[in-house]
Amino acid sequence: MSDLLLPPELRYAAIIEKRKNEDGSELSILNLGPTHPATHGIFQNILLMDGERIIDGEGTVGYIHRAFEKIAENRPFYQITPLTDRMNYCSSPINNMGWWMTLEKALGIEVPKRAQYLRVIVMELARISDHIICNSVLGVDTGALTGFLYVFQYREKIYEIYEEICGARLTTNMGRIGGFEREWSPLAFEKLNILLEEFPPIWREFENLLARNRIFMDRTINVGPISAERAISYGFTGPNLRAAGVDYDIRVMQPYSSYEDFDFEIPVGKSGDTYDRFCVRNEEVWQSLSIIKQALAKLPEGAYHADVPDYYLPPKDEVYHNMEALIYHFKIVMGEVPVPVTEVYHPVEGGNGELGFYLVTDGSRTAYRLHFRRPCFIYYQAFNEMVRGQMLSDAIATLSSLNVIAGELDA
Amino acid sequence: MALDNSTIHQTLADQFATAVSDFQQIHDILTFEIDSNAISEVMLFLRDDKVMRFNFLTTLCGMHFPDAAEERQFAVVYHMHNWIDNVRIRIKCFLPASNPEIDTVSDLFASANWQERETYDFFGIIFKGHPQLKRILNMDEMVSFPMRKEFPLEDGGRTDKDDRFFGRTIDNC
Repeated sequence: MSDLLLPPELRYAAIIEKRKNEDGSELSILNLGPTHPATHGIFQNILLMDGERIIDGEGTVGYIHRAFEKIAENRPFYQITPLTDRMNYCSSPINNMGWWMTLEKALGIEVPKRAQYLRVIVMELARISDHIICNSVLGVDTGALTGFLYVFQYREKIYEIYEEICGARLTTNMGRIGGFEREWSPLAFEKLNILLEEFPPIWREFENLLARNRIFMDRTINVGPISAERAISYGFTGPNLRAAGVDYDIRVMQPYSSYEDFDFEIPVGKSGDTYDRFCVRNEEVWQSLSIIKQALAKLPEGAYHADVPDYYLPPKDEVYHNMEALIYHFKIVMGEVPVPVTEVYHPVEGGNGELGFYLVTDGSRTAYRLHFRRPCFIYYQAFNEMVRGQMLSDAIATLSSLNVIAGELDA
Repeated sequence: MALDNSTIHQTLADQFATAVSDFQQIHDILTFEIDSNAISEVMLFLRDDKVMRFNFLTTLCGMHFPDAAEERQFAVVYHMHNWIDNVRIRIKCFLPASNPEIDTVSDLFASANWQERETYDFFGIIFKGHPQLKRILNMDEMVSFPMRKEFPLEDGGRTDKDDRFFGRTIDNC
């Protein structure tokens, strides 16, 4: 039996036994997690330490595995969005929209321009809130709590916009097949405009606080680096890959939801270390703000959902007074909607990288198989290689700059 | 010149003859089957060939078809992506129910390591040559493979929840 199949603590105990130092000191095992405040999520790392230095480590994941792929095989299509919410819960609208777009691709539904632009706005808001969390928490882990508290109120403001759009804040369950469940209220646009006005100076200040800060730079530069080749081999996507210098972004490679209409830059780093990841995310927030402004300026008039009565719930008033609407309502709620036998893969640029949905249908009311390509799960396996030989406190900074979200990791 | 589907089809057919089959375009992705014995060889070719350049393994996942013929009950589906020409392909490898075994590709793509562990964990598909093939998301003590179709979503032995009270019967849920 291979040594690697043993539980890591047994494997490491054997190494400790073999490597006793002459002065009586020895290596030690450190159990980082599963519920450690610095891991920002439920996952465990069993580390073999030489004093403060990490010699080897093994991640144990699955603490909040909720069998989403299995549940998805047993639920009608419109009941799968709440599952996607709970994957990367820092940017749920991106997951929601990604799922609707997958389904629309399978069903061949064309979404009106206005709904596509509104989706872009909400997805970029989600990206901003995701990056706010990641970067400000990186500040916390390197000793700067102020920035975190300062920018976090703007995540709150973004959640208020979500609330105005769909009624929910964290797990949004936003959108429907073909668009949105309702037109955005004037208050939503008002709040959005206030955010666009108030947030940039705050974000600039936050950036100034950390980006050229001696302590922060010493704590992050050359910490947890990864080369572009290793990053690609490890399946990195999103900001973590771009920090290593590869300009791969789904929004540009395979534009969806009218991303081709907007003008934005893809920031790239160079060394793939914690500092570069911080800088890439910082710049992405500026780009997202610019995309939102462009989308608002160009926002076309028109319907906020596609005209697909087979899949889109009719207005409640119609259901009470109109025979066809009642029939459609009943059929949709009972899950009796026509679904072709097909398979699609649809990627979107999530907060952490390529979030993909591989959907296989067999014509029944549920998915035959739905596989989520969860970027966190795929790149987190590189963590041990990235922190090997580094100090424990550097491992913490690396972990938070990777923005590993336990919900997405474990599905 | 961008890589088109007919080039991929032709090159693979020339190189591997009968090991590759059933080429078809499903929505935006070229899909084909590979004989499960040839997977590492074909993937290595797809990755390193000067024309193919499929440098990125996007995702891999298992599938279970309990109603299919015995030798096609399991499948491993790989999505690969060529970032230079921006082309995606989907590769399917069907495996027999009695012996679902396939070669690992974790030596070609480091990202396959955990994804293969996940596929093993949920479908019981054995990846030969994998350095650390053990469960990843489920607990180590588990004996079944929960994403197989015969595995029920809910524990049938639960006594705290009577389906009759929720209007559910075994026929409608």
